[in-house]
Amino acid sequence: MPHIEIRDISLIYDTPSGSVPGVQGVSFSIEPSEFLCIVGPSGCGKSTLLNIIAGFLTPTGGEIKIGGKIITGHGMDRGVVFQDFAQLFPWRTALGNVAFGLEMKGMGKAEREEIALQQLRLVKLEKFVRSYPHHLSGGMQQRVAIARALAYNPAVLLMDEPFAALDALTRDDMQRLLAEVWRETKKTVIYVTHNVAEAVYLADRVVVMTPHPGTVKIEVPIRLARPRDPLSVEFLDYQKELLRHLGGGAVKA
Amino acid sequence: MHDVVPASAFVPLAPGAPAEGEARWRVFARTAFPFLVVGLAWEITARLGVFPARLFPSLEEVAYALVRLTVAGILPHHAGETLLRLFAGFSIAAVMGVAIGIAMGRSRRAEDIFLPLVSIGAPIPGIAYAPLFLLWFGLGNFATILLVGFASSFAVIINTWTGVKAVKEIWVRSAQSMGADNQRMFRQVILPGALPYILTGLRLGMAQAWRILVVVEMLAGVQWGLGWMIFGARELLNTDVMLAGVAVIGIIGLILEKHVFQRLEDYTVVRWGMMEQ
Repeated sequence: MPHIEIRDISLIYDTPSGSVPGVQGVSFSIEPSEFLCIVGPSGCGKSTLLNIIAGFLTPTGGEIKIGGKIITGHGMDRGVVFQDFAQLFPWRTALGNVAFGLEMKGMGKAEREEIALQQLRLVKLEKFVRSYPHHLSGGMQQRVAIARALAYNPAVLLMDEPFAALDALTRDDMQRLLAEVWRETKKTVIYVTHNVAEAVYLADRVVVMTPHPGTVKIEVPIRLARPRDPLSVEFLDYQKELLRHLGGGAVKA
Repeated sequence: MHDVVPASAFVPLAPGAPAEGEARWRVFARTAFPFLVVGLAWEITARLGVFPARLFPSLEEVAYALVRLTVAGILPHHAGETLLRLFAGFSIAAVMGVAIGIAMGRSRRAEDIFLPLVSIGAPIPGIAYAPLFLLWFGLGNFATILLVGFASSFAVIINTWTGVKAVKEIWVRSAQSMGADNQRMFRQVILPGALPYILTGLRLGMAQAWRILVVVEMLAGVQWGLGWMIFGARELLNTDVMLAGVAVIGIIGLILEKHVFQRLEDYTVVRWGMMEQ
């Protein structure tokens, strides 16, 4: 049975000039422990779709099932990582941020800090446990955000362009780190990006979305052994294929 | 907007916080310099006899009055009573102001009810309510404290409300996705998220409380208090006593700023990087 089933999801916005479909009739499913990337240009509704899956937006049509149950809002079965570095709570240390979800669950201090420390080790930040976010670089803040979303052990990790605001070198490091974290934790991941190379590097399968209205154009399974070599011919062939589906030069890798 | 200061734009009392590694005496000298200049100008004016000595006492006479009244226990008594009223009134403003401000920021209905009232009430000088309060609640401490609390709550309300509105949506979403219920959302996210503005509101509220209190002490028929002392001294042309009272208000204000508000900020929003020092 698929872990997540997205069936005929639509979100129609009412605007003064009439109703505008943000997402229309989107359906696909995700297997347990699968890494799925949603790729598309700005305005194709990929972030909207992720926010619907996260439960922050209510679709105007369709349904989403996780583990066979229809979701009706946000829940602790899903961890969310946003693009904005500001997602961390500035008034909490790295450890305090990561322990937040466990604290909400009512776990005791010693136990939740122990788990938070493990998570920070997983993203290689054990030296910055007591640092406040404003003392951490953008890449480090995003690693804390990933650790925070994993700490309370949700089955699904939802990521909305988490590395888009980082410089290219840091982004490469982060992609490698994320691939490692995913291999170790075996989470089901839905990862939204407009970066085709990133999608080919990370994903088991790529869902390509196109705008006006936001719909799924095609699904492309990435059959490459891991860890992947971004300079290999096969890797570049996948990039070309995705770019072709996206409509040539509409999106740059 | 009236009385709203974005936290980051707040100008610290002493221009230039102590730079890293700067010697303490230099910091002290820099802070003391403007006071020395004003003091010197004052002294020259007093000695030149531009005004009658009775109306423009030298610093020596003011200092003497300060010492004399302090040793006699009169000044501490006045200051003590004023401080009690100040803290009682300000506590009301802080608690009510933060509560109403947060309600306005979180609930559309509370905003609809309070915003028009606050918008009309805030620009009215607090002292304009004084005769009404004194008629309703009688002369004395009760009316004074209520009026101080009422008049200084506006700055706290408006800034708290602004602060709650400025809490980042992404913090709320993150906390929701991690299972925060309403109560924890409030205590762990909304309150710390709005804190830079709340602290600014409290600081402005405290300044407002001072302004109201000193004037009301003259009207309220109380026996003790710095405001009463200053206005009482006018009857006998005791300008040295008046200036001693003014100096004490300034000193207390400086202590509150340095040792309460700045410490609170350093320990919270500055440490968290939500506000520049």
